[in-house]
Amino acid sequence: MLDIVQPAPLSRRQWGNLALQAALVVVVVGLAYAAYVNAAENLAKAHIASGFRFWNNTAGFDISQTLINYSPSTSTFGQAFWVGLLNTLLVASLGIVLATVLGFAIGIARLSRNWLVAHLAGGYVELIRNIPLLLQILFWYNAVLKALPDLRSSLSLPGGTLLNNRGLFLPRPQFGERFGFVLAAFVAGVIATIVLYIWAHRRQDLTGEPPRTLSYALALIVALPLVVFFLAGAPLRFSFPEMGRFNVLGGIEILPEFAALLLALAIYTAAFIAEVVRAGVLAVPHGQTEAAQALGLRSGSTLRLVVIPQAMRVIVPPLTSQYLNLIKNSSLAVAIGYPDLVQVFAGSVLNITGQAVEVIAMTMAVYLFISLVTSLLMNLYGRAVRVVER
Amino acid sequence: MTATDRIYLRQTPAEALPAPAMRAGVLGWLRANLFSSPANIALTVICAVLIVWLVPPLLRFFVFDAVWSGDDRQACLALPQHPDVGACWAFIRVWSSYFVYGFYPAAERWRVDLFFLALAFGIGWVAWLGAPRRDLGAIYLFVVLPVVSYFLLGGLPLVGLVSVPTTQWGGILVTIVVATVGIAASLPLGILLALGRRSAMPAVKFFSVIFIEFVRGVPLITVLFMASVMLPLFVPDRFAPDKLVRALIGVALFASAYMAEVARGGLVSIPRGQYEAAQALGLPYWRMMGLVILPQALQVTLPNIVNTFIGLFKDTTLVFIVGIFDFLRTIEAARGDPHWITPVTSVTGYAFAALFYFVCCCGMSRYTRNVEARLARAHRR
Repeated sequence: MLDIVQPAPLSRRQWGNLALQAALVVVVVGLAYAAYVNAAENLAKAHIASGFRFWNNTAGFDISQTLINYSPSTSTFGQAFWVGLLNTLLVASLGIVLATVLGFAIGIARLSRNWLVAHLAGGYVELIRNIPLLLQILFWYNAVLKALPDLRSSLSLPGGTLLNNRGLFLPRPQFGERFGFVLAAFVAGVIATIVLYIWAHRRQDLTGEPPRTLSYALALIVALPLVVFFLAGAPLRFSFPEMGRFNVLGGIEILPEFAALLLALAIYTAAFIAEVVRAGVLAVPHGQTEAAQALGLRSGSTLRLVVIPQAMRVIVPPLTSQYLNLIKNSSLAVAIGYPDLVQVFAGSVLNITGQAVEVIAMTMAVYLFISLVTSLLMNLYGRAVRVVER
Repeated sequence: MTATDRIYLRQTPAEALPAPAMRAGVLGWLRANLFSSPANIALTVICAVLIVWLVPPLLRFFVFDAVWSGDDRQACLALPQHPDVGACWAFIRVWSSYFVYGFYPAAERWRVDLFFLALAFGIGWVAWLGAPRRDLGAIYLFVVLPVVSYFLLGGLPLVGLVSVPTTQWGGILVTIVVATVGIAASLPLGILLALGRRSAMPAVKFFSVIFIEFVRGVPLITVLFMASVMLPLFVPDRFAPDKLVRALIGVALFASAYMAEVARGGLVSIPRGQYEAAQALGLPYWRMMGLVILPQALQVTLPNIVNTFIGLFKDTTLVFIVGIFDFLRTIEAARGDPHWITPVTSVTGYAFAALFYFVCCCGMSRYTRNVEARLARAHRR
């Protein structure tokens, strides 16, 4: 005779847990439903459409900085979205590069044996971290960049650059037809360097001869394109910005809004990155340095081959979260009118269409997407650099 | 040859080594810390040049050439009789009550002062680790004070306190209100979310994770926009909360997601044995958490909690963008005042704001460092 195993009856606590969860689900679903009903009613009362049909309607407002073709009379809200997103990505990516360079420099300066250097770097970190980013953005924009001389008395910087309170005007490069050869040479140089690098490291593994790739890499990446550039007849001209009566003509214009946001983001985030770097380097036990010295490595090689690879394992996860913070903080652009995603989409588009739910949801979805993809990549990195113990 | 021939014996005394570099005293310190190598000397010189280049002009601008009193912009303009004008502190002095109270009616401002005092007392009680009955202090700070302040600031006509609508609140008052509400709401909410995230119940865990990851993945601005634009759509017309309350909800939700991660860090750091010991004593879940786990977890993670508060305090400036007159917004409004427009007004206003935030945040981080040092001592035994 077969025993039929009866599942044990649920205990009182298990029933309680189930009831609690059921109540939670009911409350959340109920709230969501109530919000939906109220929103539908309120929107109908205000005669606001719903859905994403506005996406293909003509936008009708101008944007001060556009990386792709955009005109207020013909472009759609959808194109405005892409313009805003690209502006966000532009300021965020440049900000990440600048903040990383500055942050690593200051983080290492804080660890310097030179008392003055260490304390100056420490003062920078203390000062910048304790002042709100928004205040710093407003300071750079209103008190520094807007206080520059006006158009008539523009400052002429070396290299044909003009600076006034409407922005920074750089010479615009104009590429000749044969400039393509230079680009091709550059790409070929980079590929050849990568191949060389891999080959040199393979050889090191086999023979123990240290790779000496730096001079070859310089020759391939810098000298080769330069030679091709002159062989092709120097196909590059610059159009310099000139003062018009009401505006600066020609040249590349860098908006003061963009410059203020970029400066503030880089300076602010650098202070946090400096702390991350300092903590990472301090996390490498001193015995590692001593062991490297005992093996006869010089101080440069000790840093490059022993300390930094181990410090990076500690540095990279918090560094990534600082990058994410920088991307999210770039939304403060709205305070000074730099046309980023939030200013263009959750500002102008929201005001014109009134479709708060769709617009805010899309804006949030973009940031959420960036965050999730980054944390996915982080997990992969974490798995790749994990110490494999025997 | 015998073996002894190969033994080397020194016949003459070794030459004396040069005297060691001075290690003690001012000169020794300078040598060790500033001038130990050519590269170090170069760095020191660069830094010294930087300091000489920066500090005297800053001192001159903010102290020596600064204008301390005056009635309008004439005082702070560069005139022939005083060609170098520094910071226009006279402007701050004239506008100071606006920076503190906003448009709060002048006759009622004692209520704001009383609120500041009561808050300072509560914070002192809880933050001072040697204070008696800090549990009562916590109840005072997290339960009594919010209720009392609500009526004190908003008004309670029953006892003769005229009601003051939040549209008249402003300046440091609003900054402090947003920060304290954010802190007072985010701590319990964050702890609940952290417990939820570690819960064995799938539905509870699911909602906690979704909420935390969602809020942490988006900028505060979008949360504030959501609170100010979408929240009124989600509730029936007659319940639509006022602008300040909407921003407060946004800030509180945002901060609680970050607090949840901090609290979770504390919970993770408590060894399993503590949970098992509490269960072996027969404590049910909430008493185990309340009596055994949370007191330890929060103690360990107190520095991180205060760091979150510092971040939250700086983030309160963002309510500016949804149109609330916090401290920074009052500075922005005042610096545009035509009676005071000068080339130095903006810089002065921002410097004053920076000083305020710097002192507050620095105070909090100093406190964290003290607590950390104390914890380290406790763990050393």
